[in-house]
Amino acid sequence: MIGKFTLSAIVAFGLAAPAIGAGGDGHVEDFEFSFEGPFGTYDQMQLQRGLKVYTEVCAACHGLQYVPLRTLGDEGGPHLPEEQVRAYAEFWEVFDEELDDFRTAKPQDHFPGSGDENAPDLSLMAKARAGFHGPYGLGISQFFRGMGGPEYIASLLSGYTGEEKEEAGSFFYENTAFSGGWISMAPPLDDGLVEFDDDSPNDVRAMSQDVAAFLMWTAEPKLNSRKEDGFVAVLFLIVLSVLLYLSNKRLWSPIKRRGADDA
Amino acid sequence: MAGIPHDSYEPSTRAESWLHRRLPVLSLVYDTLMIPTPKNLNWMWIWGIVLSFCLGLQIVTGIVLAMHYTPHVDLAFASIEHIMRNVNAGHMIRYAHMNGAALFFIAVYAHIFRGLYYGSYKEPREVTWIIGILIFVLMMGTAFMGYVLPWGQMSFWGATVITGLFGAIPFIGEPIQTWLLGGPAVENATLNRFFSLHYLLPFIIAGLVVVHIWAFHTTGNSNPTGVEVRRGSQEEARKDTVSFWPYYIVKDLFALAVILALFFAIVGFMPNYLGHPDNYIEANPLVTPAHIVPEWYFLPFYAILRAFTGEVWVVQLASLLTGGIIDAKFFGVLAMFGSIAVMALAPWLDTSSVRSGRYRPMFKWWFWLLVIDFFVLMWLGAQPAEEPYATFALIASAFWFFYFLIILPLLGVIEKPLPRPDTIEKDFDEHYPPDGGAPTRNVAAE
Repeated sequence: MIGKFTLSAIVAFGLAAPAIGAGGDGHVEDFEFSFEGPFGTYDQMQLQRGLKVYTEVCAACHGLQYVPLRTLGDEGGPHLPEEQVRAYAEFWEVFDEELDDFRTAKPQDHFPGSGDENAPDLSLMAKARAGFHGPYGLGISQFFRGMGGPEYIASLLSGYTGEEKEEAGSFFYENTAFSGGWISMAPPLDDGLVEFDDDSPNDVRAMSQDVAAFLMWTAEPKLNSRKEDGFVAVLFLIVLSVLLYLSNKRLWSPIKRRGADDA
Repeated sequence: MAGIPHDSYEPSTRAESWLHRRLPVLSLVYDTLMIPTPKNLNWMWIWGIVLSFCLGLQIVTGIVLAMHYTPHVDLAFASIEHIMRNVNAGHMIRYAHMNGAALFFIAVYAHIFRGLYYGSYKEPREVTWIIGILIFVLMMGTAFMGYVLPWGQMSFWGATVITGLFGAIPFIGEPIQTWLLGGPAVENATLNRFFSLHYLLPFIIAGLVVVHIWAFHTTGNSNPTGVEVRRGSQEEARKDTVSFWPYYIVKDLFALAVILALFFAIVGFMPNYLGHPDNYIEANPLVTPAHIVPEWYFLPFYAILRAFTGEVWVVQLASLLTGGIIDAKFFGVLAMFGSIAVMALAPWLDTSSVRSGRYRPMFKWWFWLLVIDFFVLMWLGAQPAEEPYATFALIASAFWFFYFLIILPLLGVIEKPLPRPDTIEKDFDEHYPPDGGAPTRNVAAE
């Protein structure tokens, strides 16, 4: 009886994530990321590279309106030194409601929003897409592979086939990851488009992964500390469970007429 | 308070006597904690404490979240991101609240199915059962409105679809829908009232929980044998029971700690697993998501809602008989609410004189089919409304009603129950022999 109910509870968890819809039915490759699994954390250098790709390429059209610039200096993120954060902020112009005009950004400001109304804000994109849905739409695969948001972004950016078509005056580009196969965003990356200071590989595939990791951080900036807190909580509760188990056993042993040892 | 004879509270200090003469609150606490509880309760009797914990967790985390949340269509989504990024531990509090709702429903479903298997709803516990169903309905309302508050795409479209159900009521549907929404569509007024009610309902639930506990403390707990505690004398009652404190409190706390270890693993390592990605996109009335899917805990009932389309002959018949007043949409709404109503009526639909499913050989099979049916409906609720899912959903929904309306009344007549133990003590002694013989562990685990 308990066995069956426990199983039911587990199945309930499995059934519980019907993340259909978002992400669509394109092919999403299961890229390896440093922040996967319970032990995974962000790779600071990768986030810095992703920030560079975002700044030089994505930011031309897209925005990050929910991300405060100051958080670039946070631990568990790109972790830029304070003066670099300040220098980076000055790169942007933001609209100041009090001045009723644009001014140079400060660290306490947010990244600007999207400049192009057809380009969605990217702050939460890595959590707003699910790459994996199976099997049979049950979403159980997400339990082992993660939701697949960053995998979706990396697959999309590296999934252009080079084909394009014109329909009703708009251009569409063939993409293996995009639902329906044709996307209106032109291929944003080319091999060698962004130069990294540390001479890391800068082919399309590598840059796609770097910027996908960065966008995972913009969507989930507290991932590292969340997992640490998770470990503390789980370890504490396991110890507590053991103590309570032993207390319960001893407490009940006279009622169940067992010696304290054999029970 | 309880009908089972037991020791009553005696003030032991002068301060206690002073208080006891003026307000017998310590006596109330004593009676509640020391209540005689059947000593053969198994691990399916732990969900009550898990549920109480969930209610407390949701209220405490919810109060903190409400301090930082802004119920306005232009600001709500951004205020959630503010909580996730800037509020101290805000991301943990919000993830605990989100997943706390999931744990709440896992526990309530386990609790309900425990009641259905062991016949806990039967005489004299009908009032406990009805109040429980009422709590469940309020939980669904609270969870639904809470899901609207982040003002994501699924919040908005979920609210549009679900409040649209009320619009399906003939004649008065549209005014009711407008009244609920505070306007013709889901808008700022809707968000504001949902926030207000989402804050209010948990306290009403807390009140009903007190009544729920009061009711089953009056009748005494049910137990896996369905045999009542002997009440002839305190001596007799003592052979069937142990006091709630410390025996069951320690046992329940152990179970709670294990469940919370799993809970915090989800919160810490995969907090968005149970959510829908679309809710990280801000609500946009102009863009409809490809599939509008409710949260997992609504899926079985959502599947029942969608199962009865215009092509089903029962629906066509209903439409014909009522001159078109009951159309397919309204039929679906009636079916969804009906599926909960038949559960509430279980005490009167079940004609068997035997409480526990343990002694009902035919009932057992049907019960487990109902459990499977529940999970199949949950899966179907997440699938697109197309074949073959539509046919599956119709069969699974029909089975739900078949179980409550046909099987439960019928089994009581045709089933030959197995012999039951005369007393709880006898059942307990079989598992834990007084002479220290080898306990039959497999049976004990049930």
